[in-house]
Amino acid sequence: MEDCIKLHYVVDGQDFVSCGRASEDVKRTLKSLGISSQVIRKVAIAMYEGEVNMVIHADGGIADVGIYADRIEIVLSDKGKGIADIEKAMQEGYSTATEEIRELGFGAGMGLPNMKKYTDDMTIESELNVGTTITMRVNIV
Amino acid sequence: MNIEKIANAIDANVVVNSDAEIERFYVGDFLSRVMGSAPSDSCWLTVMNNVNVAGVAVLAEIKIIVLCEGVMPLLDLKSRCEMENIALLTTRMSVFEASVKLGNL
Repeated sequence: MEDCIKLHYVVDGQDFVSCGRASEDVKRTLKSLGISSQVIRKVAIAMYEGEVNMVIHADGGIADVGIYADRIEIVLSDKGKGIADIEKAMQEGYSTATEEIRELGFGAGMGLPNMKKYTDDMTIESELNVGTTITMRVNIV
Repeated sequence: MNIEKIANAIDANVVVNSDAEIERFYVGDFLSRVMGSAPSDSCWLTVMNNVNVAGVAVLAEIKIIVLCEGVMPLLDLKSRCEMENIALLTTRMSVFEASVKLGNL
């Protein structure tokens, strides 16, 4: 079997204060493994956006990260309301976040586009009222 | 450029100090924009005031946060900056005014 470091996080849906802690922990782990700072930045940004999305839209979720010799895989899964129109959600500037969320500086409609931009591969599986699973891969170059 | 030089230029109060040296600046309030676009090792000018501002700075490797327009940092933002060794400054200048001053340094 391929060697891999696995990290598992529960993202609390009620807690904007601790939001981002999983991403920061992954960042620290990658740093300690000597992964290049460009790769770390890509992973950290993509994962943070995903964490924020789960807190805003899905009352939290689960983040699983696999660190392989040649890539980092991130799987974010939630049991939230799902994404009604993935194509629309992928457009920069499109957001369904509330005014309250926007006042915190989120909800610019850049979350999913940023995740796509900073990863080498991203797939979204979503079913209305069942949940969403996003799988991302960042290659280690 | 160090914090003393930045603080002098925009008449800023240093809430959390550090020995950061930066060359580049970024301005913005939408956190995703900032995270996607701010250069590493930079100074970020904003009016956003919550603990996630520090979180974004950590992830985007921003070294200095300047809260403009007289915004006073919330306590949890201040403590998070201290914990993460991110400098935090406040100025009464508008983001535009401060940017012009810093751009002319």
